[in-house]
Amino acid sequence: MSLTEGPILTAADLAGNGVYGDDPDGNGKFGVFGGRFVPEALIPALDEVAAEYEKAKTDEEFLREFDHLLRTYAGRPTTLTEVPRFAAHAGGARIVLKREDLTHTGAHKINNVLGQALLTRRLGKTRVIAETGAGQHGVATATAAALLGLECVIYMGAVDCERQALNVARMKLLGATVVPVTNGSQTLKDAINEAFRDWVTNVDRTHYLFGTVAGPHPFPEIVRDFARIIGVEARRQILELTGRLPDAVCAAVGGGSNAIGIFHAFIGDEGVRLYGYEAAGRGLESGEHALTLTAGSVGVLHGSRTYVLQDEEGQTIESHSISAGLDYPGVGPEHAWLKDSGRAVYEGITDAEAMEAFALLARTEGIIPAIESSHALAGALKLGRELGPEATILVNLSGRGDKDMGTAMKYFDL
Amino acid sequence: MTTLQTVFAKARAENRAALVGYLPAGFPTKDGAVAAATAMVEAGCDVIEIGLPYSDPLMDGPTIQDAVHRSLTNGTRIGDVMRTVEGVAKTGAATLVMTYWNPIDRYGPARFARDLANAGGVGTITPDLTPEESGVWLQESKDAGIDTVFLVAPSSTEDRIGKVAKICTGFVYAASLMGVTGARESVGSAAEGLVARTRRHTSLPVCVGLGVGTGAQAAEVAAYADGVIVGSAFIRRLLDAPDEAAGLASVRELAAELAAGVRR
Repeated sequence: MSLTEGPILTAADLAGNGVYGDDPDGNGKFGVFGGRFVPEALIPALDEVAAEYEKAKTDEEFLREFDHLLRTYAGRPTTLTEVPRFAAHAGGARIVLKREDLTHTGAHKINNVLGQALLTRRLGKTRVIAETGAGQHGVATATAAALLGLECVIYMGAVDCERQALNVARMKLLGATVVPVTNGSQTLKDAINEAFRDWVTNVDRTHYLFGTVAGPHPFPEIVRDFARIIGVEARRQILELTGRLPDAVCAAVGGGSNAIGIFHAFIGDEGVRLYGYEAAGRGLESGEHALTLTAGSVGVLHGSRTYVLQDEEGQTIESHSISAGLDYPGVGPEHAWLKDSGRAVYEGITDAEAMEAFALLARTEGIIPAIESSHALAGALKLGRELGPEATILVNLSGRGDKDMGTAMKYFDL
Repeated sequence: MTTLQTVFAKARAENRAALVGYLPAGFPTKDGAVAAATAMVEAGCDVIEIGLPYSDPLMDGPTIQDAVHRSLTNGTRIGDVMRTVEGVAKTGAATLVMTYWNPIDRYGPARFARDLANAGGVGTITPDLTPEESGVWLQESKDAGIDTVFLVAPSSTEDRIGKVAKICTGFVYAASLMGVTGARESVGSAAEGLVARTRRHTSLPVCVGLGVGTGAQAAEVAAYADGVIVGSAFIRRLLDAPDEAAGLASVRELAAELAAGVRR
């Protein structure tokens, strides 16, 4: 495909047309969700990021540069792949994958990271910090930092460093400093706490390159907009492929960036059902899960009002998932809003169901998905049986499974 | 006059700054926190902030994180925080609760404000509650008759300082530097300017916290602020002590040093 083929990214692609009433209000609220619950010291930095993004998103030069990087560096547009042999296990429904696993660095995270790295440069900052769970956002951030010559520090829970050792090595190779976080549950939520502590200390020269659609305003909006290209492309492509819109769009939900990325372009399409799949871990009853939307309650975590796994006194409950990228006790506020408004439906997929789908896609289609994305695949298998053979289901294959081979070797005794 | 107003008026009459000490509830133990805070009051603290231990303390440095983690591991609950406040308030010191917003939100703002007032607490400091989100808490605090303290920081614009100062009662908490809690070699040079900027927006007392840990630093801050806030340095003393008695003696010694500092 030539570089000039396909429309150049427009301001509408980036931020939508604003016709769905789904942009946050002046205080960064999606309905009652979102907002800012952060130390006052960070408010000026958040205001600065918000103001710069407002300018950037309609700036031709910025859009052209972002578009150029997406095409020539990230490898966009990513293709759709129809997977009939896999779909045969889903009651014969048509299943089509959006192949974010084929992007540079192997997951959808690269989209947001390139956008924010360009924004960092516009802000005149020379250092980026980021949190990472599975390591995909860390790798993507380290990649963009290397590309644009930015200093890069990645905070990663010590437990995650261990289960994603390969990604730690990749980040180091890319020139980033990886700081293992040893407090709390030593996973993503603690990495976020530590990144905020760094940010408040070094905010004058540092941009916090937030990796998901959670956190204080404007991060949920910015990260969504930079991930939105997934759905914008997929919507065009599936119309081309099937001649109509899909019956359902499926995505895995941890913090929620890949899900918002593919959902957003379809929110206005009333006939398209949106399904988000959270990690049910060892099952709801076991208490070891990351079912924030399906079993959590409304609270404040990491600067945003949203659904949270918490006890009756507001202490965060540690989440569990076999996939580090979904192992998070919070979720983006826009998902909370989509859930409460009924526009999207959220369900749980257990570790076992996800691993079954992981192996099934590998065997039937020759694609090894990320374990995160395997939750969406498992959801699509269930949904296909429910919707029947006439249905078309679009699944966001948000990342590839190379990083998960250690987990897979243990799980399947390979 | 409210209890806090009385405290600051008395300090002003003595031509000195007030000394504010922080300790998390449940640290080193539930009773140990009351004993330590009592020692701090006896040795010269005018105000005590009792920290409500929270699982995700994103503006706290390693020392407070450590203490809070131990407290939560000890099983500290909000009821224990209220009992700690009750125990400390009996010393006569003005006792506040410092807490992240989510525990109040979840417990129920009205219930929290009422329980705190009933325990003898005089107010709260809420470091992650911004003016935009503070409406419910301001109303409930007013109804319960407790003060609301919020933070300004060196990065705060005039507009933000104005907004924050407007919703404070009791005093304004000026963070001395950009960073997390914890004792440091020197108090941020931005603190004095921030206090001066804050005074343009309010007649309330302005207290300075973050990074203060010695008598000399207390004296330096007391020269321009109405109150000096010390937290991590007290916790450090308790963490480093071989036993509880030694911890209490050490905390008492530090409080006396700081109390002398604010009187210099």
